Amino acid sequence: MSETEKIIDNIKNKFTQDILNTEVKSKRRATITIPGSALTKMADFLYSDMNFRFITASALESGKGFEIYYHFSNDKTGLVFNIHVVLPKNKPEIESLTCLFEAASWIEREMHEILGINFLNHPNLEKLISEGNWAEGVYPYRKEQQ
Amino acid sequence: MKFDYMSKPTIIPIGPYHPLQAEPELFKLYCDGEIVKDVKWETGYNHRGIEKLSESKTFDQVFFLVERICGICSTSHPFAFANCMEEIVNVEIPDRAKYIRSIIGELERIHSHLLWAGLAGHFLGYNTVFMWVWKYREPVLDLFEIITGNRNSYAMFKIGGVRRDIPNNLVPTIQKNLDALKHKLDLLIGVVMDDPVIHARTKGVGVLTKQDIINFAAVGPTARASGVAIDVRQDDPYAAYPLVNWKVITAEEGDVFAKIAVRLLEMHESVSIIEQCLEGLKKEKEGDIEVKVKNVPEGMGTGRAEAPRGEVFHFVTTDGGYSPVRHKVRAPSYTNISTFKKSCVGQTISDATISLAAVDPCYCCTERMAMVYDYYNKKPILSGKDMIKLSQQKTEELKKKL
Repeated sequence: MSETEKIIDNIKNKFTQDILNTEVKSKRRATITIPGSALTKMADFLYSDMNFRFITASALESGKGFEIYYHFSNDKTGLVFNIHVVLPKNKPEIESLTCLFEAASWIEREMHEILGINFLNHPNLEKLISEGNWAEGVYPYRKEQQ
Repeated sequence: MKFDYMSKPTIIPIGPYHPLQAEPELFKLYCDGEIVKDVKWETGYNHRGIEKLSESKTFDQVFFLVERICGICSTSHPFAFANCMEEIVNVEIPDRAKYIRSIIGELERIHSHLLWAGLAGHFLGYNTVFMWVWKYREPVLDLFEIITGNRNSYAMFKIGGVRRDIPNNLVPTIQKNLDALKHKLDLLIGVVMDDPVIHARTKGVGVLTKQDIINFAAVGPTARASGVAIDVRQDDPYAAYPLVNWKVITAEEGDVFAKIAVRLLEMHESVSIIEQCLEGLKKEKEGDIEVKVKNVPEGMGTGRAEAPRGEVFHFVTTDGGYSPVRHKVRAPSYTNISTFKKSCVGQTISDATISLAAVDPCYCCTERMAMVYDYYNKKPILSGKDMIKLSQQKTEELKKKL
């Protein structure tokens, strides 16, 4: 059993109820889809217990709604572990991870700005990129803008 | 009504523009006398919408686009993007292409670290170091010109391999340049590591603890100087790095001196990697530099590469067409810059310049600080030049004392 499989099994046992889909692409790449409500506890488990490093998060709009991939890195095995959540189009909001690590702050502000995803309990959800010179309520990366 | 000037902290702006820098930002230092009390930052001055642009380009064109994200480490973004796309296509590139990729990547690390060392010297008041180091950097850029045709923005990468070969008859020329460089590096490392003034000026300044690094998710030399031994080249090996012997350089102290030491010693490792890659090139057949990739299937990929400043991360989703559906780029400075808040608070203004510089990207900010007037007392506050002068004065005073 490879190191990655052990890690995935460990996570699966801990969050049996929450996991919607698991995709292990290779020894060093894996993605788990969970509902938005389970994000904080899973991120906390990865960061605090498994010592994963938060790389960044990528958000996109698709037919399913707004998708966010939270990328974590396990530097011992080179595993890039993605937590995938799908948020509904009419109410895209999710709990902020800033309470766990400072590194989430900027990227959440950026996602809020370009796609209009609301991060609950973020200490300072101001615009990051276009401070003061972009219209309120217009989100450049949304499909309706294209 | 008399306004109470004294209770207002002085705001010192650092930034926002410099043409050298990938990410211009504005730092505002809130100072009480000499001591920095708080730091606020504003970013996005040079947001070029590259992620969005990428969605309207073909995969081949995206290489040229991401190459222009950064002017100094212009190969790390194509490197990460190539790793990412090759994960989606699921292709293994020929060994010769791997060696060539690593040679370009390491030459870039050397020229970037030399550039940094020169600027660090300038900020500390060692202008001779600045001149010398940039002189040593020239032969590295010449090597780039010989290999790729360009001194910067090399356009060497493509999905499945590299665009140009390094002919075997070029290997002795490259080796000769490297030998000369090694000699100069020894000289530089000796001078910097043994100088008592540099020790006094940089030790214990701008300290980042291991926990700070983990909290801010800092990467690259910034993390390694605080004892966090992360390096994508070793952790998630790509290109020729698993084929050669080298070690990750770390230091424990987390101060500016540790960051200087890590960067300087890393250059020797880079030279050694290049030499081993050149040996590797001799064994491989000339011209075998790519695997033809006809189309990119639907999928999602995450690619990373170790740039001179740390891990570059690319995320791409594809739908079977010719362009990315979503392309997310995270440069190392994005996480490293935020550590500034930790490393500068509680320091004097003259140390803020070098603390800021130690992270590397912020260098360029300091070069071009805006001269801004304080609204309340209409007095001009410190400009970039003033701050560098303060930093250099402190070194001068130390020199006299020692």
